[in-house]
Amino acid sequence: MLLTVDHVTRYFYDQPVRAVVQSHRLRPSQFDGQKLIRWDVTVSDGQMGGGFRDGAGDWVQGWTVQGPVAEILVQVSGQVETSDLAGVLRGHKESVPPHCYLRDTHPTTADAALAALGEGLTPDTDALATAHALSARISDAIAYRPGATEAHTTAAEALALGEGVCQDHAHALIAVARCLGLPARYVSGYLLAGDDGSPHEASHAWAEVHVRGLGWVGFDPANRCCPDERYIRLGSGLDAQNAALIRGIARGQGEESLEVSVTVQARQINSQTQQ
Amino acid sequence: MTDYFNEMYQGGKVRDPYARLQGWMQAMPAELRHMKQAEAEALFRRIGITFAVYGEGGDPDRLIPFDMFPRVFSGAEWARLERGIKQRARALNAFLVDVYGRGEIVRAGRIPARLVYLNDAYEKAVVGFVPSKGVYSHIVGIDLVRTGPDDFFVLEDNCRTPSGVSYMLENREIMMRMFPDLFRENRIEPVDSYPEILRRTLASVAPQKCDREPTVVILTPGHYNSAYYEHSFLADMMGVELVEGQDLFVEGEFVFMRTTEGPRRVDVIYRRIDDDFIDPLCFRPDSMLGVPGLMDVYRSGGVSICSAPGAGVADDKAVYTYVPEMIRFYLGEEPILKNVPTWQCGKAEDLKYVLAHLADLVVKEVHGSGGYGMLVGPKATAEQVEAFRARIIADPDNYIAQPTLALSTTPTFVAEGVAPRHVDLRPYCLVGERVELVPGGLTRVALTEGSLVVNSSQGGGVKDTWVLAE
Repeated sequence: MLLTVDHVTRYFYDQPVRAVVQSHRLRPSQFDGQKLIRWDVTVSDGQMGGGFRDGAGDWVQGWTVQGPVAEILVQVSGQVETSDLAGVLRGHKESVPPHCYLRDTHPTTADAALAALGEGLTPDTDALATAHALSARISDAIAYRPGATEAHTTAAEALALGEGVCQDHAHALIAVARCLGLPARYVSGYLLAGDDGSPHEASHAWAEVHVRGLGWVGFDPANRCCPDERYIRLGSGLDAQNAALIRGIARGQGEESLEVSVTVQARQINSQTQQ
Repeated sequence: MTDYFNEMYQGGKVRDPYARLQGWMQAMPAELRHMKQAEAEALFRRIGITFAVYGEGGDPDRLIPFDMFPRVFSGAEWARLERGIKQRARALNAFLVDVYGRGEIVRAGRIPARLVYLNDAYEKAVVGFVPSKGVYSHIVGIDLVRTGPDDFFVLEDNCRTPSGVSYMLENREIMMRMFPDLFRENRIEPVDSYPEILRRTLASVAPQKCDREPTVVILTPGHYNSAYYEHSFLADMMGVELVEGQDLFVEGEFVFMRTTEGPRRVDVIYRRIDDDFIDPLCFRPDSMLGVPGLMDVYRSGGVSICSAPGAGVADDKAVYTYVPEMIRFYLGEEPILKNVPTWQCGKAEDLKYVLAHLADLVVKEVHGSGGYGMLVGPKATAEQVEAFRARIIADPDNYIAQPTLALSTTPTFVAEGVAPRHVDLRPYCLVGERVELVPGGLTRVALTEGSLVVNSSQGGGVKDTWVLAE
């Protein structure tokens, strides 16, 4: 599938700030399921800083803006050719040992209720089946309801509430998987919004679980599926904050507010014209 | 009490390295000694060096007690120590490059994966990165104790930012001022080249993108930090700028320092702040001490950070147990310096032993320092032992235990004259393009009679440490 992405983030400062420093994870991952056709990231008045591929395989790019500046525009636009690998992250180059993703963070710490979601599962004999079952249990336990939670809601809080968004689903899945000794991580990306009225958002997040012998496999409890050709994978981390697409800091007194818009559009690849 | 190794007297005779100190000690009447002691204190006050060794905290205006009786090593003793210290510093760095790279030592089953990869000090953010010259820990402080003529044990390694070296330099400076004759009569190896070697070491690890004489700075958390004196002292001695996070900023691919003549690019940062605080974009977002964007510049080769972020995984007290294994694995050598036998409470069998022998053991927190949060079994009351037992059972992974070692003693000036007191030693090994060690270190002394705890927060003092030229 050929996906076209337009992602604009607009930062406003109520008083001009002296400078802004940002660290981006805004380039699609390189693996067998994604091929970059074109991809551009621009920052208004920005100077591109150092860039590098980190141990998790994500491209990290620094940017700085010299002020005074009251508004900054981060524009991402590009085209990616995707294919359905049933969630398996095949051909992705990375060197962080999966063990590192057993580490708990504040939002992904399992309480008794989360741990109970893993009961009866057998990660040692069949990790893949365990992950699938777990993803289904999370989908059942946390209903999708935008606005029910906020950015700092933990997995335990979302489960207690029984409602949440994709971030909460991912955090919950990660928390229980780690409890069962399965390395798990948070993935940020884009999703092609369906016209079937299903609860998708173009800016999306899901989880990956490490399955011995198979590697990292994606699970999207928010949509009860594994990532397929409608998904674009950007970057990963221990939790949402660790996998943030843009981290930034402004020097100055100005209060920051932001607006984000993301659109993902599809064009089915016509095999005739590809040849 | 008789089986402690006395570094000056053996079998009623004075050991060679201390031969010339016998007469010096005897020729010093009590009044002269008191006068000299007062003079030393006045000098320390004037210099401004105050309490706080190894980040122990405490009253920032208190002087650390200085004992005028030097601690002495022969050239031959030191030569062996030096080989052992350098060997260890090399192995620790090889370990760091490995565990952030291919992790061969873990794959080979020589150290458990969880001990490394689930360690709080293991930084996922630097996996796959090899710092300039393959060095993670540029200043390795190795804490040693002696139990016999040829028996030295490593208590712990300090791979991040070991402090206390300013005391090594100041103790020497003050001894030379007060007792110039001693330095004429004895052939004592100088230590005053340390700041220059440190500067050279730091300059030798300039980053990939540096194409000129590197600019080195020391990054301090600020004047309220207990080791601030040392930060400013080293900056002064090296002739480099002392900066705080707010003095540095990232622009484009580089880090700059604000100066009166405008921004100046910085190539090497000797940081005396913890990993967690160096860049709010990468680590703790609430940090006010660091430099936003620093890690992106670092990882793309625009600046070097010493010690490298992530170096702490090598000096964890549980990882310590495996250092002899690292020496064999990476260097193919047998360890010259011994490890203290250590029980890891996280292992079921070790835990059983530790709980059964608590009253005879020293128990420490894996990440503790400064002599806090530890149990010295033989010195503790029954209640203290029981309270500690509960803490260990609640979180066994967090504790290690060691036998109480018979720390050597050296003569020390006390109220009644001269008496043996227990000592340890911290030498500072510098690792850059070369591995270097100045002949000396910081000797800490437990001033309380019978005490084995040398930490300054627990009544410890410091001494000048001599290495005699052969």
